[in-house]
Amino acid sequence: MEFSTSPYLLKDTSVRRVMTQVLLALVPGIVAYALLIGPGILAQIAIATLTALAAEAAMLRLRDKPLALFLGDGSAVVTAWLVAITFPPVAPWWLTVVGVLFAIVVAKHLYGGLGQNPFNPAMIAFAVCIVSFPALMSQWPGPGSHLAPAQQLDWIFGLAPRLDGMTSATPLDALKTALRADEGHSGPLPFLAGNAQAVIALCYLAGGLFLVWRKIITWHIPTAFLGAMGLLAGLLWLWQPAGFANPVFHLLGGGAMLGAFFIATDPVSGATTPRGKLIFAAGVGLLAYIIRVFGGYPDGIAFAVLIMNICVPLIDMYTQPKVFGMKDQ
Amino acid sequence: MITREEFKQIAGNGIWKQNTSLVQILGLCPLLAVTTNLVNGVMLSLATIIVMALSGVAIASLRNFIPHEIRIPVFILVVAALVTVVDLLFNANLHELYLVLGIFIPLIVTNCIVLARVEAYAAKNPPLQATADGVFMGVGMLWTLGLLGGLRELIGAGTLFSGIDMVFPGLQPLQLLPKDYPGLLLAILPPGAFILLGCLIAWKNWIEARAAARQQKTPPAPVAEAGCH
Repeated sequence: MEFSTSPYLLKDTSVRRVMTQVLLALVPGIVAYALLIGPGILAQIAIATLTALAAEAAMLRLRDKPLALFLGDGSAVVTAWLVAITFPPVAPWWLTVVGVLFAIVVAKHLYGGLGQNPFNPAMIAFAVCIVSFPALMSQWPGPGSHLAPAQQLDWIFGLAPRLDGMTSATPLDALKTALRADEGHSGPLPFLAGNAQAVIALCYLAGGLFLVWRKIITWHIPTAFLGAMGLLAGLLWLWQPAGFANPVFHLLGGGAMLGAFFIATDPVSGATTPRGKLIFAAGVGLLAYIIRVFGGYPDGIAFAVLIMNICVPLIDMYTQPKVFGMKDQ
Repeated sequence: MITREEFKQIAGNGIWKQNTSLVQILGLCPLLAVTTNLVNGVMLSLATIIVMALSGVAIASLRNFIPHEIRIPVFILVVAALVTVVDLLFNANLHELYLVLGIFIPLIVTNCIVLARVEAYAAKNPPLQATADGVFMGVGMLWTLGLLGGLRELIGAGTLFSGIDMVFPGLQPLQLLPKDYPGLLLAILPPGAFILLGCLIAWKNWIEARAAARQQKTPPAPVAEAGCH
């Protein structure tokens, strides 16, 4: 007779499996992105993935870690894809390379590698690049302008001179400028109707729900993130409808959906306790709204996530669940 | 008098073993703010070397007359007087550079490197040794700030020696990277200084770890015959 001991509930949760599902969940958004805005994103993903794997291999060699085990776990690929998605699709190739190198070498391996990084590597890449190259990081294909695929690739690889006139601000930026100029806006936002960005955001939402269903992420972070952002946006909008965009615009615009389901849910740099996750994600949502509306950057997700990453040890310390049978301290 | 052995030890401590920026991690404020290029870093270090050498000799000569209880205020007064001299000298002779370095020359008074060496060394040792200590601590700061400034300038702007014409009129900065190099602005900003300083510290620790490992590999000297029976 065979005896077995606990645990009886076995769940195959290797890093590789988790990362594969995250990549799978990103696919609908990326497909929509490539169809609606252009294939530049696919080139960016290819550049970022190759750079990430090369950098990961180099760092693992330097640190005397087993190459095959860590290269195959897919964590570097997830970082690379997130960097590629958050960068402008027509960014020059070297910008993506610089971002990914910072993410893998500085933000991940210098802090001890997989599972040790206090900051979200993809957001470090974004922050470093937007601080260093603000002009290039703000050149997005304008709403409605459809760029020929060949043109996008020419720009990425520096074969054609970059024309400032062909690229423009993001919808968020356009809105900010319009509101600053006291033009105000009435009725539905012009760029939301049939806007490619909203469709892409809905695809990310679908991918994110898939992750929740597969139990790769819990509901806490996306709910608190979107709830806090929507609540603040809604309150300000009700208070002054002409001065602030409606909450739907904010939740579907910029990187809100991507941030809520794929970036703030990073299990390493985010909070781990259930209550902590709610506090952490609500903080990210609020800060992201404040930075994107009142700040000077196109979107605030990256800085919001990094600021809340700093608070994670404190949040986790104060939200430790009570051990069963122990008294409250 | 100072022996050869003593001199070598002081120099080694200042330049490498007790390097102010890489080991003691002192004087971070000028380090972050001023090393945006090589010339600024080197010139501020030179000003600090002058102050440290003069304060070393001054404090070491006065050390037997300074009451122990109020030694820190006295040290600061002496150092402040010397910094004022250097400040006026910079203002008179290198006026453009003086404008660039700005508040960081007067701030040498509060630089913990100066006060730390005065308190830890000059107050307990004869003038000659104290002067050597001040100079070599400053040299340690000089090469570190120079290296850091050079790296930040090269990565951030692709040039080297920009602003050299403020010190030697007629000299031109070197354009090392192609003219259309966009420049990684992060390297010029304070985070870049922190990241690069971290890399320099890691580099120094790596060199020492390697040296220690090599020393361990050589067979240990035979233990003396005498001893326990």
